[in-house]
Amino acid sequence: MSGPLTLFDKPNSYIGKSVPRPDARRLVEGRGKYVDDLQLPRMLHAAFVRSPHAHAEIGNIDTAEATTLPGVIAVFTADDLADHVSPYVGVLTHLQGLRSPPQSPLAADRARWQGEPVVMIVAQSRAIAEDACELVDIDFEPLETVCDAGTALQDDAPVIHGEFDSNLAWQRTVDAGHVDDAFARNDVTVIEREFIFGRHTGVTLEPRASVVEYDPSEAVLTYHYSGQAPHMMQAILAKHLGLLEENVHIVARDVGGSFGIKIHTYGDDVATAAAAKILARPVKFIADRTESFVSDIHARDHTVRGRLAVDAEGKIAALEIDNLTGIGPYSMYPRTSAIECNQILNLTGAPYAIENYRARGTVVFQNKNMMCQYRAVGHPVAMAVADGLLEEAAHEIGMDVVDIRRRNLFADNAYPINSAAGMKFDDLSHQKALEKLVRFMDYEALREDQAAAQKQNIYRGIGLVSMVEVTNPSPMFYGIGGAPISAQDGASVRLDAAGAPHVSASITEQGQGTNTIIAQIAAGVFGVDIDRVKVTTGDTATTPYGGGTWASRGAGIGGEAVLQASHALKQQVLDVAGVILQARSDQLDIVDGQVVDIEIGTQRISLADLGKIVYYRGNELPADVTPELIATRHYRVTDFPFVFTNGAMAAHVEIDVETGFVTVLNFWAVEDCGRVINPKLVDEQIRGGVVQGIGGALYEECIYSPDGQLQNASMADYLVPMAAEMPDIHIAHIETPTKTSVLGAKGAGEAGTGGAPAAVMNAVNDALRPLNASIHQMPMTPQRILKALGKV
Amino acid sequence: MTKSQNISVIINGEPISASVPLRTNLVDFLRNQVGLTGSHVGCEHGVCGACTLEVDGSMIRGCLMLAVQADGAEITTIEGFADREKAAQLQLSFQKYNALQCGYCTPGMLASALEYIEAGGKADRAAIRQHLSGNYCRCTGYQSIVDAVVAVIEQGGKQ
Repeated sequence: MSGPLTLFDKPNSYIGKSVPRPDARRLVEGRGKYVDDLQLPRMLHAAFVRSPHAHAEIGNIDTAEATTLPGVIAVFTADDLADHVSPYVGVLTHLQGLRSPPQSPLAADRARWQGEPVVMIVAQSRAIAEDACELVDIDFEPLETVCDAGTALQDDAPVIHGEFDSNLAWQRTVDAGHVDDAFARNDVTVIEREFIFGRHTGVTLEPRASVVEYDPSEAVLTYHYSGQAPHMMQAILAKHLGLLEENVHIVARDVGGSFGIKIHTYGDDVATAAAAKILARPVKFIADRTESFVSDIHARDHTVRGRLAVDAEGKIAALEIDNLTGIGPYSMYPRTSAIECNQILNLTGAPYAIENYRARGTVVFQNKNMMCQYRAVGHPVAMAVADGLLEEAAHEIGMDVVDIRRRNLFADNAYPINSAAGMKFDDLSHQKALEKLVRFMDYEALREDQAAAQKQNIYRGIGLVSMVEVTNPSPMFYGIGGAPISAQDGASVRLDAAGAPHVSASITEQGQGTNTIIAQIAAGVFGVDIDRVKVTTGDTATTPYGGGTWASRGAGIGGEAVLQASHALKQQVLDVAGVILQARSDQLDIVDGQVVDIEIGTQRISLADLGKIVYYRGNELPADVTPELIATRHYRVTDFPFVFTNGAMAAHVEIDVETGFVTVLNFWAVEDCGRVINPKLVDEQIRGGVVQGIGGALYEECIYSPDGQLQNASMADYLVPMAAEMPDIHIAHIETPTKTSVLGAKGAGEAGTGGAPAAVMNAVNDALRPLNASIHQMPMTPQRILKALGKV
Repeated sequence: MTKSQNISVIINGEPISASVPLRTNLVDFLRNQVGLTGSHVGCEHGVCGACTLEVDGSMIRGCLMLAVQADGAEITTIEGFADREKAAQLQLSFQKYNALQCGYCTPGMLASALEYIEAGGKADRAAIRQHLSGNYCRCTGYQSIVDAVVAVIEQGGKQ
């Protein structure tokens, strides 16, 4: 790569510093601008009648009474929207064989999950719209449900979609090396376990939110969006509402958390957009919390049977997994619901040098809410299965859990190297991360404490995980399969007449600090005080084209575009300065907003004066000098499908064997995300991620009845981690920059969520081991712990 | 079902009179009728704490109180907290420790933290965590919030 390689050592670089977020003050003072804060003239409000049944024929829909309620403006059924919204199908061509039927925003003839929207009411207020929902009378004829993924493929299971012969959505097998031969060896110990990962969901504190406006005079639709991928949403709404893409304007202001939840295509959001277009008035839809639980995508819901063979020295001889997952009645559009299974097949055992690996994945339809990509897609499952088996194997052969990792992790000088599943790895540091973790947590002292506590019948456990994280995805993730999802991102940097750089970038801010790191990179590369940098994101009308912020790609991909654009603008400014100053531009630099002479450091002209000459007094420039004080650069990862990161984490837990309660006493994470742009922000990404991972491991579960009713669709019943249950989380870094970019940054947003469940599960089993009990089902609730202990 | 009643309240020091539907809860009134959008709605059943605000000196859930119940009351929301010494310190401390990411929980979280500090709460991490356990934050993992509260208690305005 070419570029300003000395950038990171320069005195005015902000990269590597914990710069506070300039936008935080607005948020602590109650001046945030979230979608629900918008009040537009003539705005209407949408509410939805949702199916109370998991599977039912829809007969007559009587909307007469609802229609006449004062304040109701319009009532829509699937039939009413059929001419306005084209159906969408959640498949990608590179996930060969994946099938899913066409979906419409409102259920037409049949409802296939409890919570599926059936009728939309648009009224003068949300309250009136909800009143009208109560007046809609729908003849449902309940059908037999298929809820348990384990029975969905049985011959006598009802088939959810008439156009298919079964409830199978997708299958894939990976087979590397000689797995059967390795398991048949007589010098190996084989560990076999079944792991169950319950469904959970994102619970963004700001629910899904849409305000949509339509201007028929110009056929322009403006969608006020709480999400992560403005350009994807632009393409989708244009395609399915029959609009020109350039006439769909997506605007994301403050986003109250997303974590993958708000990146998908939801029927209620699309219906809201259709209503705004049909009525030519702004329409607002804000999901309430119950609607969020029954319609925000769920995640996980995997059963994995895993087998691991190790020799007497602890060396892995073979790994085999069989993964079954239920995704609800459709594959979600446009990212599909097969990706999590695919990731599990790709990532299980990925930190380790394994020659013989077989993985089978089966994805089935069922009558539950849809499952799709949520933070750390597939990682918590892949890491918990591999490291769960590995720790069990270590105990079986009498080896320490750290030692068995030392023997199997890829050596730090092994790269570039491919995993058994074909993942390309480079610039990783598994061994270094493990050693740093062991010192950081004082592993030996914890083991001594554990032994001492056990003598007093206090059951503490220590669990580790070594992990990889998929970050900075290339077009091989989605674009290759036909999705309107950009893997490249762009940034424009322009200099105004007052000498301040304005950056507009296609990556988005959901609270992680995207706008801050953009400003850091631009200020450092260009050479101005960070307070002078203005940043715009989230608006398709004013930013270059790009993917947005998801899959831990914002800093690594969008950040590199900002770096390259800032560097290019700097060269352009110096070229103009060279003309003005009659100096060679390669002998000039920009420091603190001043063009300086590199050799003697003297200030020659301020950016403000340069801007005034260019913009106001162009007559002072030679006629053949046509300054361009704007530069745009785009960047995508080309050398690898993904830029992987690695990390090592550990949990310390205590179990109350009388009540089954697990207390997380402590948690450590050593993370290698390449160059750290803002240590504070990276640490906070990891902490927040770890807590989401602990939530999945111990508390969070969407509990369904056998006939597909979500039993705990409220925040009182669905348990999320609160402050009192959470430990302080200790974080350390290794920085192995990726060679795929000048910036060298990899992602960090999902590592905590991907690794924590494995570490917590291993710690719980470590604590239970003296009691000859074990658990491989998440969440590890008190009831399940007591069951494992044989007490209930 | 849409009967209304006139109420008079003082919000952030400003007298406001309005006709509100009986069934409108306080936070919806503040957000939709008064235009104070700083208080957020996260669950509408009193669990998440995003709508925590002060009514007559007590921190309450704006979604669990009807607007008509607040008739005659003095209300302080996030938009008015900055006038209080400890609140202003908390606002600075939240920024310094990055005790927020998406910011949606922040107004309610800050209100609960303010309640703890103004009641003379000590810089005891476990006690702070306990006190803040009625406020849900999906982003931070809570540690930085505890750090920010501890700093205000230990250092006051000297940050």
